[in-house]
Amino acid sequence: MAAINRDDVAHLARLAHIEMSAQELDRMAGELAVIVDSVKSVSEAAGDDVPATSHPIPLTNVFREDVVGHTFSAKQALSGAPDSDDNRFKVPAILDEA
Amino acid sequence: MTEQNTTAAGLIRLSAAALAEKLRAGEVTAVEATQAHLDRIATVDGGERGVNAFLHVNAEEALAVAAEVDAIRAAGGAEAEALHYLAGVPIAVKDLIVTVGQPTTAGSKILEGWHSPYDATVVERLRAAKMPILGKTNLDEFAMGSSTEHSAYGPTRNPWDLDRIPGGSGGGSAAAVAAFEAPLALGTDTGGSIRQPGAVTGTVGVKPTYGSVSRYGAIAMASSLDQIGPVTRTVLDSALLHQVIGGHDPRDSTSLPEPLADLVAAAKTGNVEGLRIGIIKELHGEGYQAGVENRFNESLELLKEAGAEIVEVSCPNFQYALGAYYLIMPSEASSNLAKFDGVRYGLRVLPEEGPMTIERVMGATRAAGFGDEVKRRIILGTYALSAGYYDAYYGSAQKVRTLVQRDFDAAFAKADVLISPTAPTTAFRLGEKLDDPLAMYLNDVATIPANLAGVPGLSLPGGLADEDGLPVGIQLLAPAREDARLYRVGAVLEALLEEKWGGPLLAQAPELATSGTLETQEAK
Repeated sequence: MAAINRDDVAHLARLAHIEMSAQELDRMAGELAVIVDSVKSVSEAAGDDVPATSHPIPLTNVFREDVVGHTFSAKQALSGAPDSDDNRFKVPAILDEA
Repeated sequence: MTEQNTTAAGLIRLSAAALAEKLRAGEVTAVEATQAHLDRIATVDGGERGVNAFLHVNAEEALAVAAEVDAIRAAGGAEAEALHYLAGVPIAVKDLIVTVGQPTTAGSKILEGWHSPYDATVVERLRAAKMPILGKTNLDEFAMGSSTEHSAYGPTRNPWDLDRIPGGSGGGSAAAVAAFEAPLALGTDTGGSIRQPGAVTGTVGVKPTYGSVSRYGAIAMASSLDQIGPVTRTVLDSALLHQVIGGHDPRDSTSLPEPLADLVAAAKTGNVEGLRIGIIKELHGEGYQAGVENRFNESLELLKEAGAEIVEVSCPNFQYALGAYYLIMPSEASSNLAKFDGVRYGLRVLPEEGPMTIERVMGATRAAGFGDEVKRRIILGTYALSAGYYDAYYGSAQKVRTLVQRDFDAAFAKADVLISPTAPTTAFRLGEKLDDPLAMYLNDVATIPANLAGVPGLSLPGGLADEDGLPVGIQLLAPAREDARLYRVGAVLEALLEEKWGGPLLAQAPELATSGTLETQEAK
């Protein structure tokens, strides 16, 4: 497996929406390289015949009756938001050109 | 039991079960018990050298609930009869679990001052049992850490030595219980966050079978690993609390449908004769502190003398468990934490310059709101899930999960319960491992396999290490849905150890000095 470098971290930080300073990228790249190196052996542990487990105790077909249960009012749902207007979350421009 | 136990100093040292009995007998009121704990918090929690177990203290509501219990009990009749056994026994709640009427921060700046519009299912159940909630306890940010040093609100200190870590992520809950600030607390355990703090603070912590306790209202780190559970000073108290919070919840699609076994009865069984207890070859010896190993061997001797059969089992794939965990957990966390984007909750930070788009606001908010460890794990998880790396990392880790489960299956064919030290070392010094993430991760080596496989685990105090006089934890593991076995064996071992020590281990902890004025989160 490939090692993780500073450019990878910069790309991942953009994908994860976390702004990082040049200094932070340097430090993070160094730390993550050590961690990634330490987990490498995982890829060699299991053969192709071993199925993946995504959940420790699988339950199948967990449904409920299709009835309206408790719901939040718009006011409750917006109570923790940094900004709202007219019963909606309010955000800055979605597109660059605004 | 004498009059000493009804003084404030005596009250806070009672187990939850003993306090419940006194409340029922009318020897003490719920208001007196709650106030005694609030006073203790005010005395030892705040200031420069305080324990700092609490992020928020909920005095007014806790006293109101206590007064309600006292009024019902005083009036007598059917309502008093119907009171829960633990009614009036106060409890602290890890600040990862949402509560109406109190802030929930998850130990992060990104949620500072946020109030949930709903209660977690476990909190609803505490309220139904009329247990006064003393407040919210400190944790590593979003439960990511093994020392509580990654809290945005300062580290919690270990009551055994204020310069040492209380474990993590639930160091606040464990320290609160160890410092007699609360008889009971709730924790969450994703890779050991209940059990490892229990080990290093000389308290009891239980990670139930995955799905045994509802996760509804626990802010998710890694949804396939997270589990809420009890943090207490005795095994019986953990069983009592597990029964309050456990059982099916339709709001958690991973909640087990079947009812809980009688865990309290299991804790009162009183014998381990004929039980096969398996030592996991891979989880002791090399890499474990000598004092930890000594106390572990002592517990094995006691169990053997009590009639248990000690067998050795091997779980060869456990060597990959830590690596698999540090791929699966960050992967799930990177997805779960995407919702903290400066739109729906808490903090919003605007970029200092350039265009003011939502994408840039998210980037600036998450940069300012998340601490280093959270950022590390989000980046690591994003990496493990990337196209081109997915099969090698996340896919391989999920296969290891299957191998770990198979190891457990084979081990449980030979043994009814497995045993190991809970953590490889006793509490380390604050700051000692803060700059070395990998060294920090190694603390979880013995606790992680249970989360990967979904099996239940319990940590109880096993004594003090010879070299540093600090608590050592003994971990018991049982097959999924067999939590009762942990309480049965745990209570027997606890009784044998306490007989040897002449009382509970925490009686040997140093007295805590008055630490100064309490600074709760609201005052900060």
